[in-house]
Amino acid sequence: MSDIVATSRPALGRGFRLQWEAAQNAHVLLYPEGMVKLNGSAGEILKRCNGKRTVLEIVQDLEIAFGTMGLSADVMAFVATAVNKKWLEVHP
Amino acid sequence: MSAHTETQTGRLTEAQVNAPGPDTAVAQPESDRAPVGPPFWLLLELTYTCPLHCAFCYNPTDFARTQEELPTEDWLRVLREARALGAVQLGLSGGEPLTRDDLEIIVAEAHSLGFYTNLVTSGVGLTEARIKALKAAGLDHIQLSFQDSTREMNDFLSSTRTFELKSKVAALIKQYDYPMVLNVVLHRLNIDHVEEILDMAERMNADYVELANTQYYGWAWHNRDRLLPSRAQVERAEAATAQFRERVGERIRVYFVVPDYFERRPKPCMNGLGSLFLTVTPDGTALPCHAARMLPGMEFPNVRQASVEWIWRDSPGFNRFRGDAWMKEPCRSCPEKTKDFGGCRCQAYLMTGDPTNADPVCDLSPYHHLVTEAVARADRPYVEEKPVLIFRDARNSRTITGCGG
Repeated sequence: MSDIVATSRPALGRGFRLQWEAAQNAHVLLYPEGMVKLNGSAGEILKRCNGKRTVLEIVQDLEIAFGTMGLSADVMAFVATAVNKKWLEVHP
Repeated sequence: MSAHTETQTGRLTEAQVNAPGPDTAVAQPESDRAPVGPPFWLLLELTYTCPLHCAFCYNPTDFARTQEELPTEDWLRVLREARALGAVQLGLSGGEPLTRDDLEIIVAEAHSLGFYTNLVTSGVGLTEARIKALKAAGLDHIQLSFQDSTREMNDFLSSTRTFELKSKVAALIKQYDYPMVLNVVLHRLNIDHVEEILDMAERMNADYVELANTQYYGWAWHNRDRLLPSRAQVERAEAATAQFRERVGERIRVYFVVPDYFERRPKPCMNGLGSLFLTVTPDGTALPCHAARMLPGMEFPNVRQASVEWIWRDSPGFNRFRGDAWMKEPCRSCPEKTKDFGGCRCQAYLMTGDPTNADPVCDLSPYHHLVTEAVARADRPYVEEKPVLIFRDARNSRTITGCGG
């Protein structure tokens, strides 16, 4: 359904808001009458999805920020899941 | 690195909260008390004034007794105090919240505090000027209620002529780029129209459709035998919903809230009282559930006299049904008590006279026959052309509660 490629530019879905919640010590994704509490990885990925960065750039940014390599498959899989859930939209 | 979500708080409807509890509970100094997490959900019932008179409204039947509504500054203080406790979702409801001319001020404050703001409206009063002002104030989402897909039934059930107006409002909501949740309360008189209702939702480009079977509190309790659908009706409605989902896929999310009378286990009502949900009624009374005021022998605090923090953490009204010490058998020794919390306290009280009993929806309850008997009555052949419903208005409110007027 969602074809995520390295050049896709994901952005938060319409009606969704991402914010840091001190009371939960986590990023949360808010949407009509609901909330998803994100784990650290999901929060780090989603906060980089601004509709301008490509998936490739997000991966590179994360790899630098966390001093690691080989995140591409995980990030792509998460972005695909998030698009299916409407958390993210991808504009070609 | 594996990326996935930790906790997903499911869609929270007004009537039902299906959500795992918070795992970041705030430690309590009193060691004998269970830790209390944030009131994730804050529902402000800004007013009982409503242009509609729906016979299935959950508002208390004695609403006509309500005296003064809270002034703007009290609502703003409630917002600030609840947000400080970790509240994130805000429902603005009523009555019809648009009858308050300070709605935009309340939305603006809520938005700047970091609430996700949800307006729950009949659409009456939502002019283009107001939707524009609400958008500018930061309103995130509008839930529009519809009584049915046909003008006749919509107008009959809400005792008004509002269908055309609501259709226009639905178009305005889309025009202002809001995700739109269409909410239709289902019952015996409209549940056979689920297919048409869903088609209407599709024509209106709804993003979410909530097919919420009536919950029998307040006005709906008074009209229960006329509103409860038959089992065959429920099954047909579920089949129609499944067909629609298959055709439309992810484009429109349809939530079908099953009527609990047809279940054998109760709903985890509010995820347990005092766990996620905080309602403030028009006069400032704070409740752990919007129907809880009916519970006998309980005094609920008022935000005019107490801080939201004390109300949520310490007030007896909010602690009464926390944990499971209040439970009787069969709940007390039941392994499922951590899943459904014994069901709904209000339903237990309404049907058995004792709010500490198991919700009689549970087939382990000695009172379960009260539910099955109501369902059996609903299976009777349909005879009434236009059943006599008691519409929610001030005159009926005074009549029902014996408060002459």
